[in-house]
Amino acid sequence: MADAAVHAHDEHPRPGFFTRWFLSTNHKDIGILYLITSAVLGLISVAFTMYMRLELMEPGVQYMLMEDGVTPNGHLWNVMITAHGILMMFFVVIPALFGGFGNYFMPLMIGAPDMAFPRMNNLSYWMYVAGSALAVLSVVSPGGNDQLGSGVGWVLYAPLSTLEGGYSMDLAIFAVHVSGASSILGAINMITTFLNMRAPGMTLHKTPLFAWSIFVTAWLILLSLPVLAGAITMLLTDRNFGTTFFDPSGGGDPILYQHLLWFFGHPEVYMIIVPGFGIISHVISTFSKKPIFGYLAMVYAMVAIGVLGFVVWAHHMYTVGMSHTQQAYFMLATMVIAVPTGIKIFSWIATMWGGSISFKTPMLFAMGFLFLFTVGGVTGVVLSQAGVDRYYHDTYYVVAHFHYVMSLGAVFCIFAGIYYWIGKMSGRQYPEWAGKLHFWLMFIGANLTFFPQHFLGRDGMPRRYIDYPEAFAKWNEVSSYGAFLSGLSFVFFFGIVIYTVFYGKRVTEKAYWGEHADTLEWTLPNPPPEHTFETLPTPDMWDKQHAH
Amino acid sequence: MAHQKNHPYQILPPSPWPLLGAFGAFVMLYGAVLFFHDRGPWIMTVGLLLVLYTMYGWWSDVIREAMAGEHTPVVRIGLRYGVILFITSEVMFFVAWFWSFFKHALYPMGEIVGFSVEPGVWPPAGIETFDPWHLPLINTLILLASGCFATWAHHAIAHDGDNRTMGNALVGAVLLGILFTITQAYEYSHASFGFAGNIYGANFFMATGFHGFHVIVGTIFLAVCMFRAFAGHFTKEAHVGYEAAAWYWHFVDVVWLFLFAVVYIWGG
Repeated sequence: MADAAVHAHDEHPRPGFFTRWFLSTNHKDIGILYLITSAVLGLISVAFTMYMRLELMEPGVQYMLMEDGVTPNGHLWNVMITAHGILMMFFVVIPALFGGFGNYFMPLMIGAPDMAFPRMNNLSYWMYVAGSALAVLSVVSPGGNDQLGSGVGWVLYAPLSTLEGGYSMDLAIFAVHVSGASSILGAINMITTFLNMRAPGMTLHKTPLFAWSIFVTAWLILLSLPVLAGAITMLLTDRNFGTTFFDPSGGGDPILYQHLLWFFGHPEVYMIIVPGFGIISHVISTFSKKPIFGYLAMVYAMVAIGVLGFVVWAHHMYTVGMSHTQQAYFMLATMVIAVPTGIKIFSWIATMWGGSISFKTPMLFAMGFLFLFTVGGVTGVVLSQAGVDRYYHDTYYVVAHFHYVMSLGAVFCIFAGIYYWIGKMSGRQYPEWAGKLHFWLMFIGANLTFFPQHFLGRDGMPRRYIDYPEAFAKWNEVSSYGAFLSGLSFVFFFGIVIYTVFYGKRVTEKAYWGEHADTLEWTLPNPPPEHTFETLPTPDMWDKQHAH
Repeated sequence: MAHQKNHPYQILPPSPWPLLGAFGAFVMLYGAVLFFHDRGPWIMTVGLLLVLYTMYGWWSDVIREAMAGEHTPVVRIGLRYGVILFITSEVMFFVAWFWSFFKHALYPMGEIVGFSVEPGVWPPAGIETFDPWHLPLINTLILLASGCFATWAHHAIAHDGDNRTMGNALVGAVLLGILFTITQAYEYSHASFGFAGNIYGANFFMATGFHGFHVIVGTIFLAVCMFRAFAGHFTKEAHVGYEAAAWYWHFVDVVWLFLFAVVYIWGG
């Protein structure tokens, strides 16, 4: 048997373009595909936000008008906001962090030759593409109000989603189904790889933090996405086959949908951020030239965040009429999450403490992440109070809060990861000045966009509206300028990546960030060969007594 | 770099199945949306056929690789992890349906009469539920008996490496599986409540319907193993394909026991 396998691998030439990128069974190529696809979808999703911020720049409706050029087109606004949410939540951030970096670097870090199920890995990717295609089609298909697209918000709350006319909503539901199935298959693959394929001697307590973060994320996906699949199947049958799961006229309950949605939805936000935690740990350790502080605490903090993420969902729905006991429970459980999160934040700070820090671009993004995620985390603790949430629910304060943790927190992790690893993935290094310029544009732009939204929320400006009273004009204008600046930085980032991949300076040193970048991917050439670790790594290659 | 594989893991050559399968899924679901909106079932059918063809081709490849000995002991461990995790995700899928059932059974929606809300009842007024000790009990016994045959088959291969006895036992398991589906269809046709318009019917038919779908899938899985057993594919040491089918079948069993206890007995 071994002979046959060896023989097959001796003979086969480097595959052609179609075979390599369309029929791939190679975790590194599939990781690259994930990153590229999520970047393209990210660009579409960001374009929608630019349009929305343009509209919100001043009071009144200037751009999103019906064909007569006078009547505001609220449906178009709703479609934009829905598409932005669905794309970002399902098709951009998780595929980039979990699909892209997870695929590329998790097997490398644990010294595995590939994923446990290399062929199923590609199914995950192509189902993600199929789901993205359905999602994008849904925006341009006949929907509610005799217009294109559905405008029901990414949460697809019933009865809005059950009553929205046309094909569009059904396409969006199937898009989420397919992307969910893709993620579940990916999660099965990641968990099996992590448990079954770690290098000899790499016990769980010696496994790098990024690999751990992917493992925890995979469990969140595995256990919560099927529940969402059930919930949106109920939406589908309510819409098309006359069931009444969420329709009180047939004995159903719309609040049930919110429970099912958020039972998935809260773990979802941890799926988005936890892989980022992993990346940040490696970046901070590398550029502080110190091993990570409190490795084991970092591992178990991630596990704790994952577990707690399953028991706090109803803090998204304090205003639906739950009993005080329930609200008190969800408040308490939610605040408990601040403990493991605090462990992580303080461990990162302690890692930097006394370190010889070099402020390369990935480190700037990591430190930016620390600041932004802390701001978002603190407003999260504010919002966890059921009483306070009465006032902030569905205001821009909430928008500011979750964009600080996700749009800034998680997206900064993606950028940190790209700048950290692009030399490894492409064999060429980005120009340092450009990376730094990108960071500052992004950091200033994003804060300018979202910080004023705290003020708007405190003043009572509600979410999800196309227009607002004059009183909110000033901070909306500032927010829009910030959005354009971040949009510009995003375009600039694409320029940097394209320049780097084609014209960047070649980087030949394997561990080009120095000796503190000491996980196994740094023992490989840039870019790594098609098949890596054909001879499994020995402990001396990775066990440096200062495990990440 | 010389391509010398010095490890026991499986490295696969490029494969057309993932691309084809995902394309099939896209066509099937796009077609399903058209179908929901009265545009005919044809595109959906084409997509479904593509998906089924992919499954056939893909799993044929897997069996070929298994027969070629590519599934080393460590790969077999990985495959088992994969199956267990898949079943775990399936359990969570059923959680959604049980959640809906419990919610509506424990806190039925009240009727609005004038300015007050009358407390709701479960089962909802006017719903005549099935007698659990009639067809549902028989079906429970059928499914458990099928599970016994599956365990007999498991023992035959795991203890004696006896493909022939295994195949014979699986004939029993498969026939009982088919009988379960037929009985369930017969029961459905005698339901006094409809699928649409009332929460009891929605909960009942979606929960038992998804279970029924899983029974059909599991029956096909067992049937494939039956043919493989008669072809002598399994050995005492290596029969992961059958283990997967048996675990899946027991999972279907357990879901049914919950449905029987909760939906038929307690909720009736």
